[in-house]
Amino acid sequence: MPGAAERPLSPHLQIYRPMLTMMMSIVHRITGVALYFGTLLPVIWLLAAASSPEAFATVNGLLGSWIGLIILFGYSWALIHHALGGVRHFVWDFGHGFGPQAREFMAKATLGGSVLLTVLLWIVIAVVKG
Amino acid sequence: MVQLTLPKNSQLVAGKVWPKPAGTNRLTEYRIYRWNPDDGVNPHVDTYYVDRDDCGPMVLDGLIYIKNKIDPTLTFRRSCREGICGSCAMNIDGTNTLACLKSMDDVSAKSVNVYPLPHMPVVKDLVPDLTQFYAQHASVEPWLHTETPAPEREWRQGRGDREKLDGLYECILCACCSTSCPSYWWNGDRYLGPAALLQAYRWLIDSRDEATGDRLDDLEDPFRLYRCHTIMNCAKACPKGLNPAKAIAEIKKMMVERQF
Repeated sequence: MPGAAERPLSPHLQIYRPMLTMMMSIVHRITGVALYFGTLLPVIWLLAAASSPEAFATVNGLLGSWIGLIILFGYSWALIHHALGGVRHFVWDFGHGFGPQAREFMAKATLGGSVLLTVLLWIVIAVVKG
Repeated sequence: MVQLTLPKNSQLVAGKVWPKPAGTNRLTEYRIYRWNPDDGVNPHVDTYYVDRDDCGPMVLDGLIYIKNKIDPTLTFRRSCREGICGSCAMNIDGTNTLACLKSMDDVSAKSVNVYPLPHMPVVKDLVPDLTQFYAQHASVEPWLHTETPAPEREWRQGRGDREKLDGLYECILCACCSTSCPSYWWNGDRYLGPAALLQAYRWLIDSRDEATGDRLDDLEDPFRLYRCHTIMNCAKACPKGLNPAKAIAEIKKMMVERQF
């Protein structure tokens, strides 16, 4: 077809209204990628513990610093959010949760639940550490 | 592949503001995507004003008003104006729907923003090229496959089996769902998309069809079926209230169940 090569591509992400389920899908993907790197944190911590007391003290100190704690907080949220997202996908895999109300509820529950569980986790950590 | 931005020839440039119709205060602003293959200019968004006292209530009525009274070069598809032909599918107020079923009063933005169906090659203005979309529909062979000799009168189906087709056969192939799907945006050349998969399922669960295994074999592919990530834009966009996401999940279930 003449001219077909020059046909413009119609706008997509630029104009589409952000849908909650769509944003949750994007966040699920982002947290998945973040976990890929975030999981290095406990691995490095364990490696340091296995190598020498000095190495462990360094890594433990870094992770226990303010910046370290903020990163760990983000990591724990990503982990919990991604896990709850996994549960949501599990429900879908059985053919449930596709209705207009159910899909919105599950998206909100995942988001709210992940924040709530992360805060709870850190309260428990704070209490246990004293 | 994922390309979040638009190619150079597709980026929007400043558009034209058309004069307001005289002698009225009830105006609705339209911002419409324009592209003409003949003038060598990039796509742009033109602004029009529709006289609500001289126009029906739907977004399509406004487009017809503009074409008849302001700018006859505005190009769009329309036919039945009652939601059964699927011709006037476009992106209105940020979501895909039929212009004939969307009321101007239901638009949430200040102006009625109208774009062609997303991530499609544009033929002109609001008319996308749906060639690939139709080819994907054809690829699921949307007709009855049988091996047993045809009965004398008709292929019979019980009431319960017939009910399984409800929510599937109503699809009008308007392409609102497929072009709302980010997975289809990024992999539309290999992923069949919600519309074609809804039709695939419509034949998979038809009690009279005898090619279920072959149909599933054809879909067993990392892209054709499994690029669906349950994003749900399809189900939210469908102007007929159908649920392609659910149909795709049922196909995935059939894939697992047939292994036992």
